[in-house]
Amino acid sequence: MSERAQGGNAGGGSGLVPELLVRDSDGEPRLVGGYSPTSDAYHFPLAELCPYSGADDVERRLLSATGTLWGWTAVNAPPPGYAGATPYGFGVVELPERIRVVTRLTEADPDRLTFGQTLHLVVEPVVTPDGDTLEIYAFAP
Amino acid sequence: MTVSITGVGLHPFGRFDTRTVTDLGVGAVRAALVDAGTRSVDAAFCGTAYAGVAAGHKVLGAIGLTGIPIVDVEAGCASGGAALMLASSAIESGRARRALVFGIEKMPRGMIRSTFFEPWREQMGLAATPAYFALRAQRLLREAGLTKEHLAAVVVKNRRNGVDNPDAMYRAETTITDVLSSRVVCEPLHLHMLCSPNEGAAAVVVEPGTDGVAVAGLALRSHLPGGVLGEATPLAGTTDDTLTPPTALAARDAYAQAGIDPSDLDLVECQDTDAARELLSYVELGLCPAEDVAGWVESGHTARDGPLPVNVSGGLLSKGEPLGASALGQVVELVRQLRAEAGPRQVPGARTALGHTVGRGANASVVILRRD
Repeated sequence: MSERAQGGNAGGGSGLVPELLVRDSDGEPRLVGGYSPTSDAYHFPLAELCPYSGADDVERRLLSATGTLWGWTAVNAPPPGYAGATPYGFGVVELPERIRVVTRLTEADPDRLTFGQTLHLVVEPVVTPDGDTLEIYAFAP
Repeated sequence: MTVSITGVGLHPFGRFDTRTVTDLGVGAVRAALVDAGTRSVDAAFCGTAYAGVAAGHKVLGAIGLTGIPIVDVEAGCASGGAALMLASSAIESGRARRALVFGIEKMPRGMIRSTFFEPWREQMGLAATPAYFALRAQRLLREAGLTKEHLAAVVVKNRRNGVDNPDAMYRAETTITDVLSSRVVCEPLHLHMLCSPNEGAAAVVVEPGTDGVAVAGLALRSHLPGGVLGEATPLAGTTDDTLTPPTALAARDAYAQAGIDPSDLDLVECQDTDAARELLSYVELGLCPAEDVAGWVESGHTARDGPLPVNVSGGLLSKGEPLGASALGQVVELVRQLRAEAGPRQVPGARTALGHTVGRGANASVVILRRD
């Protein structure tokens, strides 16, 4: 995976895709977020201005790769513009940075997940409608 | 100054393969003008999310009602509420003496596709609108001690109400067993717990004065930054659970304008995009605290013959959801109720009513209507 796993072929009509995911110095996947000292708050994905306050002092930060499960479901039919496999897990993971991230989950059976369960970040390949393969972020038990 | 609704009109909600969105709008607008007994308006506001460029102009062009200012308004599911707010403001300011407000929509079939989601989010599978509804439903079930049977009971209630609404798409009763037997779209939401995007139009005429149903309170509010499960659907939010949702913000404003409390309401039409959304609206509108929701469902508190009827029109679960028309569809229903013109679904003696929509943006609109 390149420095910008999301960047190359994902943009479609919009062209602009935020930097979502990188490998850290240990080769482990990490989400790329932002931190504003003014707001004392993290956000994801990285934005030029703090999305909570508009402050312009955002620092690029790699976010924790481990979090706890806050909510989850599974998507059983392909939503618009999606060409990957179904069903797939979908949920919200709470990170120690005091943010909740919307994410795919590798577990697609809701009965096998529990509130507060520890999950870790992984990279998951997804086929696009053009037949390309994207490497995207997901959380796994 | 009091702003009153002096005319209402509706094109039924459903699927109309041989009619354009302009046709739907013409039907509703003509009916509202006839009801108001006029052909003259000096401003028009059209709510729509999917009808495209100058969609409202095309409707009024088809009936020769151009030359006036015409503004198309997009605020997701609250588009019609936003249009009504602008029209009321135009009346209050004196800039318009009689304004037309209408909402039109012809939704594509299937799961709603929206430019709200960038292509990369779609390709990742994160543009799954029902999944966001499901996450919110799961939180509500957990926090309010509800089960899937409670969600199914909301569908049963609204579909029973829809039987008596000739403008609804679904007019057959259902059962808890049938709802829970429909396929799971996103756990805990089954197919029959989700409203169907469809087609329709609604229109109202507003004027100064008290000769009609008064718009006693009307507020449009967007979400506060930081929430992750509102209709804003960002990729992340903060862990701050004290953020007031847009529905509660709008309700607070509207109650204050009207000078009433939720206990003064005789009936409510609220956003039931999915069955859990209706129950969450009870809480956010201040109708009851979260811990009372289960009891309300079990006792039929919001049934048509209950103490506070909710969605006597059948709601979006029976009518379907044409985004730009849904808020004004509620207003049309409530005006008919307050005029005692709602036929078999009439709530006897209704004087004060609330309509609520919430959706993409996130936007929420709350309108309080009163007839003394």
